[in-house]
Amino acid sequence: MKLRERIDALKKPFGKGQKFERFAPAVNAFDTFLFVPNHTTQKGAHIRDAVDLKRTMVTVIIALLPAFIYGVYNTGYQYFIQSGLAFTFWDALLHGALKIMPMVVVSYGVGLAIEFAFAVYRGHEVNEGYLVTGLLIPMIMPVDIPLWMVGLSVAFAVFIAKEAFGGTGMNILNPALTARAFAFFAYPTYMSGNKVWVSEASNVDGISGETILGSLAAGNDVSYSMFDMFVGAIPGSIAETSTLWVLVGAAILIFTGIGSWRIMIGGVLGAAVTGMLFNLWGANALMSFSWMNHLVVGGFAFGVVFMATDPVSAAQTTKGKWIYGVLVGIFCILIRVFNPAYPEGVMLAILLMNVFAPTIDHYVVEGNVKRRKKRLSTTLTPAS
Amino acid sequence: MSADITLRKGLTIPLKGEASLVLKTSKLTDEYTLYPDDFHGVVPKMLVKEGEPVLLGQPIFFSKANPEIQFVSPVSGTLTKIVRGAKRKILALTLKSDERDKAVTHKFPAVDALDADSVKSQLLGSGCWPFIKQRPYDVIANPEHTPKGIFITGFSTAPLAADIPFLLENQQKDFQHGIDVLNKITSKVHLTVPAKDTTFLSSVSGVEIHRIKGIHPAGNVGVQIHHIDAINAGEVAWTINAEDVARIGRFFTTGTFDPSRTIAAVGPVLVSPCYFKTRIGASVAPILEAVGVDANSQIRIINGDVLSGKATHADGSIGYYNNTLSVLAEGNHYRMFGWLPFVGGKIFSMSRTSLSWLFPKRNYALDTNMNGEERALVVTGEMERVLPMDILPMQLLKECMVQNIEKMEALGIYEVAPEDFALIDYASTSKIEAQAIIREALDLMIKEVG
Repeated sequence: MKLRERIDALKKPFGKGQKFERFAPAVNAFDTFLFVPNHTTQKGAHIRDAVDLKRTMVTVIIALLPAFIYGVYNTGYQYFIQSGLAFTFWDALLHGALKIMPMVVVSYGVGLAIEFAFAVYRGHEVNEGYLVTGLLIPMIMPVDIPLWMVGLSVAFAVFIAKEAFGGTGMNILNPALTARAFAFFAYPTYMSGNKVWVSEASNVDGISGETILGSLAAGNDVSYSMFDMFVGAIPGSIAETSTLWVLVGAAILIFTGIGSWRIMIGGVLGAAVTGMLFNLWGANALMSFSWMNHLVVGGFAFGVVFMATDPVSAAQTTKGKWIYGVLVGIFCILIRVFNPAYPEGVMLAILLMNVFAPTIDHYVVEGNVKRRKKRLSTTLTPAS
Repeated sequence: MSADITLRKGLTIPLKGEASLVLKTSKLTDEYTLYPDDFHGVVPKMLVKEGEPVLLGQPIFFSKANPEIQFVSPVSGTLTKIVRGAKRKILALTLKSDERDKAVTHKFPAVDALDADSVKSQLLGSGCWPFIKQRPYDVIANPEHTPKGIFITGFSTAPLAADIPFLLENQQKDFQHGIDVLNKITSKVHLTVPAKDTTFLSSVSGVEIHRIKGIHPAGNVGVQIHHIDAINAGEVAWTINAEDVARIGRFFTTGTFDPSRTIAAVGPVLVSPCYFKTRIGASVAPILEAVGVDANSQIRIINGDVLSGKATHADGSIGYYNNTLSVLAEGNHYRMFGWLPFVGGKIFSMSRTSLSWLFPKRNYALDTNMNGEERALVVTGEMERVLPMDILPMQLLKECMVQNIEKMEALGIYEVAPEDFALIDYASTSKIEAQAIIREALDLMIKEVG
């Protein structure tokens, strides 16, 4: 194995007791990307499952790709439709790619740099979680957001939401949503309104594009059919628009067992029932907006499938996942309907439930503890 | 026949190299080794010095914490060497057999005439006591305790583990006699069998039979106790392996300690996996030769099953408790881009991120590669899938790691043994060493709670 020998030679100065030992995590990250290491089991079970964190994270990326590619296409599609230019499928894809790939590069560049630095500083291996976060962040931003804002949001998310809490596996909030929330509150003019959702809308007068939820909140009519909303040929954050391709991703996550179907189903149930109740009430445009449409517009599908299921920031017990999922759905619709300042509720709903997930788990765990205590008290006082 | 208990969680790992139901008699060398590490938590105090002669069944050391518990020699001959490690810890005792098997003989009235205390003292004196283990803590039972019951598992579900009815084929009478003896020292003996069992185990008398349906770890005695009569704080249950029940039965018939052991030699690298009649402490080399394994190749030899067994080496010996000897290829090789989903079809996976789900009938030649590196705990739900107990595994493991005794108690530390967490070791995406964490936590409990 020639390549292997070369890598081993390259890695020598980073070995134990060598000059650059402290930088070993950074080098190992690249090495383990090429090769699954030759480590063998030292204690515990002598055989191990084929799955590891790298494989898990890459599976999530595969599940994201359909929505991502459609998002790239839709970016171009919205631009050409609005500006009235003739275009082909490839034109649209190219236009989108030129807009979005720089955002992906910035997101990965900034995020991975910080992750590597913390791995070296803390002396642990680089965790693969950011591979997913790094792709998610551009996918949930408006297309015209300046690159430096993407970079700053990423830095904020990785520093404050993740590393400040101890790194991968310890964070309370979903890092990708934290990045979006940061941009949303720090630069509201770039994150909401009717000039940010379509490529070039802020520069070219003829182009404007309002998200459906934005129009409804502003009291305007919606001209899109439910089919448009489902397929995703509507303005919105880059990859959130297509419920169809999000569902394909959900199928991949559920089939491979990587994403929690309990959270997804719970979220849909929560939102559907809440939506139906508001349909019955129907006091404003968003309340009477059909509950089925609520499920397919905006970031709801994307959020429930890819964001709410983040295993670290979601509830971790089986029962807790159901409760957490349902509450995400309920709060998403509540925020949409009651708060005209935030026409899209899914981001805040998930962040809110991230905060409450440990509380949900606490009560599920207490339930288990109580069952055990009850068993003890029945054995101590036998039934007479 | 219907199941009394149905367990739906767990995982069958389709490993190649199941032993065919053929019993051979293993050649024996004159070298025997005992490893005090087989008896977790026991600090050995020697009764015999290096170079002194010993008889079969003669105590050669006892437990410092409980001098009544004695450990006897499996052969007659000489104690040739006491191998010591750091801080003079005894690592191994080597014995040289004179091949005459001159045994210590115990005299006592018929079992029916014995009371609980005299049965106990015969078990202690004969060297049979260490086969009785206790829950909580998974250590040798304390003779002063009164257990709520003795639990014997009549089937094993671990990958390639020995078939218990087959082990007992020629020892059925001894097994029944052993049960009768155990009934003297406890109010209840529980025996578990598979839901559809039709072997002699279903007709054993003097036991409460529980029919259990389920995949691994349904055969683990700890999982069974949890569903039959779970252990609360302050309670103790005892467990014995089935073949050791027969051994106890034989002792009370003959008056001598029987060191024989039936072993299933299994694993993907074996040419002809099958069962062997051998002896506790006997060297593994003749068995390896008989099944066609090159002892000098890159292999791992495991006393026990591949999930919870203890690694030994080509010059090592059969352990004190195990009925399975597993051999795997060492996995110290690199796999290019092996982390990609659906790459590496020769490695089984519980998740559908490899193609193994497409081939439910296929068996795999797994090796000891970690298939990844240790990472922070990220994925949730996978531990729950393989632990069929009303216990929250991840929460319990986390409390064990931070040594919070109160929380460990509340979450059920008394009900678990490392082997119950073996599948969690296996299935963990983050490659968490769950068994080691549980073992350390149990040791902490012994020290702090007792």
